[in-house]
Amino acid sequence: MVTANIQVSETPLVLYALRRADDALILGHRLSEWCGHAPMLEEDMALSNIALDLIGQARELYSYAARVEGGGNDEDKLAYLRDVRQYRNLLLVEQPNGDFAQTLVRQFFYSAFADLYWRAMVTSRDTTLAAIAAKSEKESAYHLRHSSEWIIRLGDGTDESHQRAQAAIDHLWAFTGEMFAVDDGERALIHAGIAIDPGALRGRWLTTLSDVVGEATLNLPQADWMQQGGRAGRHSEHLGHLLSELQSMQRTFPGQTW
Amino acid sequence: MYTQALNTAETDERGLEDAAKAAQFQARIDAEERIEPNDWMPAAYRKTLIRQISQHAHSEIVGMLPEGNWITRAPTLRRKAALLAKVQDECGHGLYLYAAAETLGTSREELVDAMLAGKAKYSSIFNYPTLTWADIGTIGWLVDGAAIMNQIPLCRCSYGPYARAMIRVCKEESFHQRQGYEIMLTLCRGSDEQKAMAQDALNRWWWPVLMMFGPPDATSQHSDTSTKWKIKRFSNDELRQKFVDATVPQAEYLGLTIPDPGMTQDADGHWRYSEIDWREFKQVLAGNGPCNRDRMAARRKAHEEGAWVREAAAAYAAKRAHRQTAQAAE
Repeated sequence: MVTANIQVSETPLVLYALRRADDALILGHRLSEWCGHAPMLEEDMALSNIALDLIGQARELYSYAARVEGGGNDEDKLAYLRDVRQYRNLLLVEQPNGDFAQTLVRQFFYSAFADLYWRAMVTSRDTTLAAIAAKSEKESAYHLRHSSEWIIRLGDGTDESHQRAQAAIDHLWAFTGEMFAVDDGERALIHAGIAIDPGALRGRWLTTLSDVVGEATLNLPQADWMQQGGRAGRHSEHLGHLLSELQSMQRTFPGQTW
Repeated sequence: MYTQALNTAETDERGLEDAAKAAQFQARIDAEERIEPNDWMPAAYRKTLIRQISQHAHSEIVGMLPEGNWITRAPTLRRKAALLAKVQDECGHGLYLYAAAETLGTSREELVDAMLAGKAKYSSIFNYPTLTWADIGTIGWLVDGAAIMNQIPLCRCSYGPYARAMIRVCKEESFHQRQGYEIMLTLCRGSDEQKAMAQDALNRWWWPVLMMFGPPDATSQHSDTSTKWKIKRFSNDELRQKFVDATVPQAEYLGLTIPDPGMTQDADGHWRYSEIDWREFKQVLAGNGPCNRDRMAARRKAHEEGAWVREAAAAYAAKRAHRQTAQAAE
């Protein structure tokens, strides 16, 4: 017996919280895959720490989405009982860990955005989102510092690390555009002062990237074609495998308390 | 997570040391004084401690693997976060213990290399597989419970850095133990399927957990010197018995059956367990446990695949130091 997917009434605010929750959970899950397998014990600790922060953010955002929806869903139903097409995360965060460079570049691209995003969201008129932002901005600032330092070490380390870091940047670049995209529902939330306009953060995000990547003696790609679809549930093939692992217990033993 | 009584007998090198210093050292031990890194100590004391602390550190690191096996599959977000935090704690214990070993004049790299080369031991318990979610509860309840039984006396170990490390480690371990027991309690109050899962996990882990305390006193080779140096304060069998006595009522409360039909309670209230299969223990120590090869392969893979990262970090640090020196010279 397999538990059916839940249905979610995706009002603009529910969808907004769900998208950010999915970003945090999927990236946290990816980072947690490193636990016990990192290049050094310090990074087992650091990557687990970042994963824990992100899973914590996801739990708050899911709980809020469930509360706003008011349909009897909760954090676990939202995380464990939606399938690939119902997930709303950025394509960037579901990309496989690859090597350490790929994991850190993915983290760097995301954290450079999340740092600006949560800082701006502190002024949200939605008091719950503002409170989540107040906690998340402190965490994101650390995540950005950690990943920036690694980009510089890898870029300006050895020939091999330089090549790996550049390859990761070139590979993941096309997944960054989605962070700044806005649909009609979000535009209304921005207008109401509940959400912020991510497009307004792009300039500062690029400055952070250029500074760090420059110091790392690496280059940002010129290519401007960007992949998208995650926000609408059109994912890469990788997400289905991640979800089948993440959700295996809830799908195999439906309706139990753990 | 825990150190096991694996140590083999050490050649007695004290004959070569200055007898007066040795006597003074033993007097300090007898007076319950702590020995600190810069203090004089017999070479065999140093060697014994390096071996014991590093085995303990390796156990923490290898111990991340069986539990880490369930991080991506934990059944709820709360359980996922708790398990990830727990495994992260184990890593912290490993780091902390390697640092304690380094105070004795060795390096983490040397110790890790010895482990990866198969020359150093780690606790036999981590060579068993985690097959179901109930294994995560059972490891917390029993494996961490056994670890605490072993480690509480180590908080009074004569070597200061190790004793202090153990105080912190024990606090975290007792939190893990309660967390594991709470997982078991939830399963045992759940569906028949969940309760069966809990019983199955107990059946598989019970005997390997009893083996964690090491060989029976009658065959244990090293206890005499370790006891005299106050590194070890209770024998393997004493600790094992304490553990069994504490665990039987916990299993009863859960409604689970300890897989030992021959177990009886004696007149003093001690639960007397049946003969342990020491052939299995020896096989696991010899590398033939169900997961020995997988565990070592996973650690070697992480080490080898991380080499370029460590090299990059070292190269960058050297470049930076060079630049700073050049700048200072200007």
